[in-house]
Amino acid sequence: MIDKLTIGRRALLGSAAGAAALGLSGAANAQKPLVIGFIYVGPRDDYGYNQAHAEAAAALKKLPGVKIVEEEKVPETVAVEKTMESMINLDGATLLFPTSFGYFDPYMLKEAGKYPKIQFRHCGGLWQQGKHPINTGSYFGYIDECQYLSGIVAGATTKSGKLGFVAAKPIPQVLRNINAFTLGAQSINPKATTQVIFTGDWSMPVKEAEATNSMIAQGVDVVTCHVDSPKVVVETAERAGIYTCGYHTNQAKLAPKGYLTGAEWNWERVYTGFVDAMKAGKAPANFVRGGLKEGFVRTSAYGPAAAPAGKAKADAVKLEMLNGNYVIFKGPLKDNKGNTVIAAGTSHIQTDPALESMNYLVEGVVGSTS
Amino acid sequence: MQAALERIAVPALALLASAVLFGLLLAVYAGVDPFDAFGLMYQGAFGSWFSWQNTLTRAAPLILTALCTALPARLGLVIIGNEGALVLGGLAAAAAGAAVTAAPPLVVQLTMIVAGMLAGGAWIAFAGALRQYRGVNETISSLLLTYIAIALMNHFVEGPLRDPASLNKPSTASIGDANMIGNIPGMDVHWGLVFGIVACVLVWLFQRFTTWGFAMQVIGGNPKTARMMGLNVGRYVLLACGAGGAAAGLAGTVEVAAVLGRANASLAVGYGYSGILVSFLARHNPLAIIPVAVLLGGIGASGGLLQRRLDLPDAAVVVLQGIIFVAILASETLYGRLLPRKQEG
Amino acid sequence: MDHGGIGLWGVPLAMLAGAIRVSTPFLFVSVGECLTERSGRINLGLEGTLVMGAMSAYGMALYTGSPWLGVLLAAGVGVLLGALHAGICQLPRVNDIATGIGLMLFGTGLAFFLGKPFIQPKAPVLGAIDLGWWSDIPQIRQALQVNYLFVLGIVLAFAMAWALKNTRWGLIVRLAGESVDAALAIGTPVGRVRLIATSIGGAFAGVGGAFLSLYYPGSWNEGLSSGQGLMAVALVIFARWDPIRCLWASLLFGAAGAISPALQSVGVTEGYYLFSAAPYVLTLALMIATCSPERSLRGAPGELGVVH
Repeated sequence: MIDKLTIGRRALLGSAAGAAALGLSGAANAQKPLVIGFIYVGPRDDYGYNQAHAEAAAALKKLPGVKIVEEEKVPETVAVEKTMESMINLDGATLLFPTSFGYFDPYMLKEAGKYPKIQFRHCGGLWQQGKHPINTGSYFGYIDECQYLSGIVAGATTKSGKLGFVAAKPIPQVLRNINAFTLGAQSINPKATTQVIFTGDWSMPVKEAEATNSMIAQGVDVVTCHVDSPKVVVETAERAGIYTCGYHTNQAKLAPKGYLTGAEWNWERVYTGFVDAMKAGKAPANFVRGGLKEGFVRTSAYGPAAAPAGKAKADAVKLEMLNGNYVIFKGPLKDNKGNTVIAAGTSHIQTDPALESMNYLVEGVVGSTS
Repeated sequence: MQAALERIAVPALALLASAVLFGLLLAVYAGVDPFDAFGLMYQGAFGSWFSWQNTLTRAAPLILTALCTALPARLGLVIIGNEGALVLGGLAAAAAGAAVTAAPPLVVQLTMIVAGMLAGGAWIAFAGALRQYRGVNETISSLLLTYIAIALMNHFVEGPLRDPASLNKPSTASIGDANMIGNIPGMDVHWGLVFGIVACVLVWLFQRFTTWGFAMQVIGGNPKTARMMGLNVGRYVLLACGAGGAAAGLAGTVEVAAVLGRANASLAVGYGYSGILVSFLARHNPLAIIPVAVLLGGIGASGGLLQRRLDLPDAAVVVLQGIIFVAILASETLYGRLLPRKQEG
Repeated sequence: MDHGGIGLWGVPLAMLAGAIRVSTPFLFVSVGECLTERSGRINLGLEGTLVMGAMSAYGMALYTGSPWLGVLLAAGVGVLLGALHAGICQLPRVNDIATGIGLMLFGTGLAFFLGKPFIQPKAPVLGAIDLGWWSDIPQIRQALQVNYLFVLGIVLAFAMAWALKNTRWGLIVRLAGESVDAALAIGTPVGRVRLIATSIGGAFAGVGGAFLSLYYPGSWNEGLSSGQGLMAVALVIFARWDPIRCLWASLLFGAAGAISPALQSVGVTEGYYLFSAAPYVLTLALMIATCSPERSLRGAPGELGVVH
C-alpha cells in the first residue's frame, strides 16, 4: 500500500505542475481526458505479475488528463474481446493495454481490425511490421537480465550448489528466465545446477509449496520462481531457512532473512512513454523492448544473506548491462540433452527474436520442456 | 392458472430478494449506492445493442453446457462433469479439425462437430455407465472425470499435440482460418447461440412428444416402477448421459471452431461449471435454460462495468450469482403456497 | 549420493511429508461432512465454507496477532454457513445438492470480495510440533514437522467414529440419517439434529480452510483452494461414511498429490500433468473397484439425497 502511494506521489511531482492547474480551470469540460483501459488476467493484487501492472496503472492515475479503467480476472476467451469493446464503447477508451500473453492472438488483433482508430499495446506479444495491424503493438522487458544477476548471487551464496526454480509452464518466456538464472549461477559457480519443477498452471499455491518443499528435500538451498504470485514460494523457503530470489515485484518483506535479490518489472516507465506519445497526438511506438538499460526492469536491493563475492560480480555485470554491451546467450551453448543450441561464435543480443521462441533448457538444468 | 402465475411470481420474488441482499452488501460493506450498481448492470447487460451482443455471446456456451446436467437430471441423476466434457470435446474437435484442414470447410466443420460430440458424449456416458453397472455415485465420478479431463487436455496441448509455433500460449495446431464457423450474419455473436437454442428446442420436443422421452420421465419419477414395467433403464441412462455430454462437447467444439481456432487452456474457463447453475435454475427444463443462460450471461457481461465504474472486485458478480442461485432454489418451497387457490378435489 | 540430497529416497519421503502437509484440509472437511451426511444431509457447499474459513482466519490472525483466534473464527463462520445450508434445505422440496453448489459459489465469492485487504499483509501463522527430533537427516526432520491441527484432526476422526457408534447422540444422528419416519416415530427432532450436524460439519470445514491460510501454504490469496473442499466431499463417499476411513483416504490423497513435484525433483520430468491427475484417477479407480450395483449403498445413510 505504502509503496503504491510513494510511486504515485513521485509521478505526480514529476509531471508538470502547470498541467495540474488545467484541471481546476474551466477548460476541464472542453478537454476530454485520455481514457486508458488496463485488462488483467488475474486478481490485480496478486503480489506478482498482475500487481506489477496494476501498480503502474495506479501511478498513471495520478497524471493529469488521464483516466484509467481497469478490469481484473478476464479470461483469455471471447470475454476479453467484449471487455475491450466495452471499454471502447462505454468508457471511451482510446488506448488499451491487454496485459496477458493470450490476449494477443486472436482477440486483440480482431478488435484492432474492428476499431482502427483505437491504439492497442500488448504485453509480451511479438508484434511484426506488415503482419500485424499498425494500431497495435507489443512491449516487454528483458527481465532475464535480472534473472541472470539473481543467478550470480544465488550461485555465490548456495552451499549445496543446487538451485531450484518453481515454474508454471514450459513456455519461451519461462525457459528464458530459467536459462538466464542458471547461466548466471554457472558464471560464478561452474558446478551449480538448477532443478526445475513445473506446477502446470499460473496460480497453484499448494503445488507451489509442495514443489518448494520437494526441492528442499533434495538439498536445494536457493529457490526462485516464475509463477503469477511468488508469495507462497518465497514464504515457504523462508520458513525452511533457505534462500530465495524474488520475481515480478519486491518480496523482501516476506523473507527478511533469506531474500537475496530479485527480478522486478518497472512498467511505469513503459506506460509513461506510451501516454506521453498519445498526449502529443502521436501514435505510441509499436515494438517496445527494453532491459535494465532502458529502465524497464530492475533488481531488488541485496538481502543480508547475499554472498559478498556474488554481489561484487553481479554489480560488475549489471554495469556492463547498463552500458548495453553484455550478452547472456552466446555460443557455444549446449542444452541439457547435449545438443548444441547456439554455435560457437554466435551471439544472441537481447533484441534477437530467436530468444523469444526459446524451447530448450541449458546444460545444468534438471528438468524437461515437455 | 395459479400455477402459471406462480411460475413467474416465485422466481421474480427470489430475484427481488437477491437484489435486496446484494444491494445491502454493496451499500454496507463497499459503500456503493446499490441503485447506481443496478443501473450500471442493466446498462452493461441489456442497455444497448452492443451490451445485448455481449450478453448473448456469454450465454451461448452456457446453454449447451446446461444440457449436460439437464438431460441426465430427467432420470434423477446429478451430473456435474460438464466442464470435463466441454474440454475434451474441444480438444477432440481441434485435433480432428487440424488433421483434415485441407478438406472443404464444411467437411472440416462437420468432422469437428462429430469428434467433439463423440468425445464429450463418451466421457459423460462413462459416468452414467459407472452409475448403472458399478453403482458409482455419478455426481462424484463426473467431478473426478472433469479434473482428469483438464489434466489430459493440458498434457496433450503442451505435449504430443503442441504446435511448436505456439510460443507463450501452448496450443494445438490451428484448424485454419477458412474453417472457422464465424458469427451469425448481422451480429457479433457466434453460431454457438443458434446451436444451443436449437438443441434446447429439440430436447424439449423429444422429452415432450416421444415415447423415449416419456419413458425417461417415468424412470426419473420412480426407477423401481420403471424396472417392473420392463423399461431398459441402462439404455436410457447411457442415452441421456451421452446426449448431455455431447451437448457439452459441442460447446467445446464451438469454442474451438468459432473463437479459439485451436485447443488450449482457454477451454477450461468455467463454462461447464456455470452450465450446472443454469440447469438447476431452469429446473432442468430445456426451454427455461435459454432465458436463464441469458440472465447469467448478462450478469457476467455487466461485471466489467461494475469493476470499472465502481471499483468493485470481480468477485462481486460471483457473490450475486451465489445469492440468486440460493434464493431461487430456496423459493422452490413457495410453489403451491404463494397464491391462494381453490381447494382441490 | 551427492552432498545434501537423499536422492530417490526423496520420493517416498516427499510423499509421506506431502501426506502430512497436504492432507489436513481434506481430513477436516471429510470428517465434518461425514457427520453431516450421517444425519441425512449432503453439503457440497463446503468448498465455499473452506475458502471463507481460510479468509476469515487469516484476517483475524492479522488483526489480533493470534492465529488460534483465527482458527476459532473460521470455525464460527463454518457454523453459520452450515446452519444456513441446513436451514434452507429444511424447507420442503429444496434440493440439498443444488443448494450446496449455490453456497459454494456464494462462499467463495464472498471470501474473495471481503478478502481483498488481506492478500498483501503477512499474518502470524500456526506453529508445528517437531516429531523428527530423533533424526540427524534434515529432510526427515522437515517431513515430520507436524501441525497441531493435523493431530487435532486425527483425534477428532477417532472421537467422531467412537461417538457415532457408542453414544446416544451418535445413535440419534444415524437414526435421522437412516429413516425420517422411524426417527419421527420416536419423537426425534430430525430437523434440529440435521441443523446441528450440518453446523458442526461446517465448523470442521472452516478449520480446514484455516489450515490452508495459516499453516500450509500459509497465506491468503484467491487461488488458495484448488477444489480441496469439493474433493473432500468426494472422499466421504469413497470412505463409506466412516471417519477413520476418511483419515486414511485423506492421507492417501495428500500423498498422491505430492507425487508430481516429488518425481520432478528427482528428475522424472515427463508427463507431469498426468501425475498431477493421479489423486483423481486413484480415487475414481478405487471407487470403481469397491462399488458394485448391489452394494453401492452399503454404509450410505438411507435418507441421503432424498428431497421431502
